[in-house]
Amino acid sequence: MNAIIVDNISKAYGNIQAVSNVSFEVREGELFGLIGPDGAGKTTLFKMLVTLLFPDQGRAVVNRKDIVKDFLQLRTQVGYMPGKFSLYQDLTIEENLDFFATVFGTSIQENYDLIKDIYVQIEPFKTRRAGKLSGGMKQKLALCCALIHKPEVLFLDEPTTGVDAVSRKEFWDMLKSLKQRGLTILVSTPYMDEAGLCDRIALMQGGKILAVDTPQDITKLFQRPLFAVKAAETFRLIQDLRNASFTHSCYAFGEYLHLALEHEITSSDIETYLASHNHRQIDIKRVDPGIEDCFMDLISQTSVPAQS
Amino acid sequence: MRKILFIVEKEFKQIFRNVVLLRMMMIAPVMQLVLLSLAANFEVKNLKIAVVDQDHSTFSRRLVSKFQYIDNFKLTGFTPSYKLAEEQLLLDKVDIVLAIPAHFERDLYRDNRSGVQLMVNAIDGSKAGIASGYAATIIQDFNGDIRIENVPMRKGEVQQVDIVNQYWYNPRLEYRTFMVPGILFELLLLVGGLIAALNIVREKEMGTMEQLNVTPIQKHEFILGKLIPFVVIGLVQFTLGLIVAKFIFRVPMEGSLLLLYVFALLFLILCVGLGLLISTISDTMQQAMFVAFFMLVLFILLSGLFSPTENMPQWAQWLDTINPLKYIIEVARNTMLKGSTFADVRSHFFALLAIALAINGLAIWRYRKTV
Repeated sequence: MNAIIVDNISKAYGNIQAVSNVSFEVREGELFGLIGPDGAGKTTLFKMLVTLLFPDQGRAVVNRKDIVKDFLQLRTQVGYMPGKFSLYQDLTIEENLDFFATVFGTSIQENYDLIKDIYVQIEPFKTRRAGKLSGGMKQKLALCCALIHKPEVLFLDEPTTGVDAVSRKEFWDMLKSLKQRGLTILVSTPYMDEAGLCDRIALMQGGKILAVDTPQDITKLFQRPLFAVKAAETFRLIQDLRNASFTHSCYAFGEYLHLALEHEITSSDIETYLASHNHRQIDIKRVDPGIEDCFMDLISQTSVPAQS
Repeated sequence: MRKILFIVEKEFKQIFRNVVLLRMMMIAPVMQLVLLSLAANFEVKNLKIAVVDQDHSTFSRRLVSKFQYIDNFKLTGFTPSYKLAEEQLLLDKVDIVLAIPAHFERDLYRDNRSGVQLMVNAIDGSKAGIASGYAATIIQDFNGDIRIENVPMRKGEVQQVDIVNQYWYNPRLEYRTFMVPGILFELLLLVGGLIAALNIVREKEMGTMEQLNVTPIQKHEFILGKLIPFVVIGLVQFTLGLIVAKFIFRVPMEGSLLLLYVFALLFLILCVGLGLLISTISDTMQQAMFVAFFMLVLFILLSGLFSPTENMPQWAQWLDTINPLKYIIEVARNTMLKGSTFADVRSHFFALLAIALAINGLAIWRYRKTV
């Protein structure tokens, strides 16, 4: 059974098509990632699924409830954590949690079990006002508030944006333990490295879904030979590689450049080419494609190629 | 129903935690009431008067001395020529110049008539009007005096119409008595409308509105949850204001206090509804602030607080039919000063009720849960 069914959904703000003809399904109990850069339409899609926006066309069903017709019932069954911290800054941790519990007609005690693991970490500060918390604590509080009414489906819009690396890891561990309780979780993130932590992911760009699959299978979509290349002058290197006849695409990827080839050649062929262009300290190695490589590849297939 | 209570509780927690705002909401209106009522005064006092006396006669001196012994005028001195007097007027050193021409006394005796000239600085039209009015009365009085002296008749036989004024409802023509009830409600509009609008727009800006929107809280629950705290705070402010009016300004309270509170309650619901409506059409506090100020200033200027609505042009009077402040100020003045009963202000009640229903209805309709 699918917890979320999105069928050909679209939404525009004036002339800007934020989400266009998006369809995908999320299975019950799945940790599903929506991966895409800023402005891909992730937040708009989330807002429609949690009944904050009505779609222009198409329909979607969350937990067997239509997001337009049954929006009031649906609200009690989903938890939503927006990308921007949006709890009451002038209320304490406890008061915020208590308020959101009561408006859902429940109490902290009733569902304490679900939030316990997260709440104990911020409980020592429960009389502190939310506005005075650190970023990581705010995020934990927001997650607690989204969980306090025991939702069936959890929507987390960029929960790890602007959070330090340690807290990000902690957060994903929390999501995993929530998933073990049977919660369906839809999470969006602009970080490609987090994609591998999801059961399945959808790559999103320009309001469209490019691909939906498990992280492993997504990388299998990438068929070209891929090399990581480094040399002394990175900028000249990227230009020379992009001009080479064997190059399909070339992007900066950390300290290395990721070079996708049109056809199979060896690393020594590349090295010869670069040496002929007076590059020094050349380092070339064969790598397996990651999510980001697939993403870049998919973007270049669907839109104007990013390289000139 | 319980959810409304939770929202109200949350709202009060937030308000009491915002010490600066709370203090502002309680102290500012009282201070404004005191200051405005003391300052907003149409009585003209301390008018600086310069005299150009070119006659130097007994009569001219008598006329000048009449100005000297009246509170409203302050004689700055005698000026030898018109030109110098004009200069003083220009430099804003005097407000009014009394010019007595040469042969003033002689002409009075010989031709039985003579003239004096008044030059009034009329930049502030109403002040000038009042000042020349005062001066005219004094000259009239002087006129009466010398006629009695020079016409061989006993005082009782002079034929003239005596006007005896009796000022009802405000016998001593106290300006404060008239202003305080109006200002009291003007402040309620300011606080109720503006603070309610800002409060809700703040929820929008902070994103908490979105968080509330994914909860099962319904439109009417949210709106009532917002309405109740601000109406309660408004009533507390109103009570403070009434205490100030009664004990500092000694404004009479002829009518029923209960009636006044019923109107205050209705008016507050209207004001907070207006705030809600403003918040539904603004996305940021800046926008809300601007819209609120625009509306409040319009309401206040057209309300009859400072100038009678009857003298306004027809279109302004039409506009005034939807100005809640106009109705409530009339009610406040009539109830407090005249002792009007509900029957007397019934039409005002229904007008306010209609406006309150319309504004709140519009606010609820405009307030969409889906942002």
